[in-house]
Amino acid sequence: MVLSAADKANVKAAFCKIGGQADEYGADALERMFVTYPQTKTYFPHFDLGKGSAQVKGHGKKVAAALVEAANHIDDIAGALSKLSDLHAQKLRVDPVNFKLLGQCFLVVVAARNPSLLTPEVHASLDKFLCAVGTVLTAKYR
Amino acid sequence: MVEWTAEEKQLISSLWAKVNVAECGAEALARLLIVYPWTQRFFANFGNLSSPTAVIGNPMVRAHGKKVLTSFGDAIKNLDNIKKCFAQLSKLHCDKLHVDPENFRLLGDILIVVLAANHSKEFSPACQAAWQKMVHVVAHALAHEYH
Repeated sequence: MVLSAADKANVKAAFCKIGGQADEYGADALERMFVTYPQTKTYFPHFDLGKGSAQVKGHGKKVAAALVEAANHIDDIAGALSKLSDLHAQKLRVDPVNFKLLGQCFLVVVAARNPSLLTPEVHASLDKFLCAVGTVLTAKYR
Repeated sequence: MVEWTAEEKQLISSLWAKVNVAECGAEALARLLIVYPWTQRFFANFGNLSSPTAVIGNPMVRAHGKKVLTSFGDAIKNLDNIKKCFAQLSKLHCDKLHVDPENFRLLGDILIVVLAANHSKEFSPACQAAWQKMVHVVAHALAHEYH
């Protein structure tokens, strides 16, 4: 999956518009993922996953920060997320299928909170970007 | 057989009542062809699909999108028997149209995003979950007669 110049521009602009709300987007995406795909909860037995959970909010902030970091270094996502990639490969070992699920939920959050931002072109670029992030995070699995 | 809770049925049908089937269907199919361009392989006779603008404005895409989403409406009317409801359509997609069932999953995901964009207020996590289950069941039913 190769991000074109237009894709990169779309993604950067999208995250610019999302701005300081990225943390909320991250938390919202996680909450939706846990409700829509309950099997994803198996990776968080140590979390309180109830509505408004501080742990989910905190983790959403981390997820959002990683996405922002990737968007800010979109020419080298692998480099920007290298440590996170190691972490997922060695410690977390989240099955690769789940990154698609979180990606879908992130798109839903953008659609629900900022529908005018998600034109078909931006939708395509963001989907590609989220796929690329998932690929990077699972790249060292084997 | 798929079990639907009363809440799921309510979330699905109450949102459906607000959906403009022609517009939503057109948008969903257009976005499928734009976001996952390899899906255009099934629509070689649809004319100009060369750019997002061309896809969105393409009258055949709009018409077919409406047709597809109207079918969804049939599923919603027959929530307790979607497999039976879609048996013929499933055979058609396998034997005549030769569509990889993965494409049903892709369209379902796109539909979810379109619903979220057009009905933000109603699209709570619980509503998303009910609809994600719905599109999953529809995709499964459409693949059921494949051989």
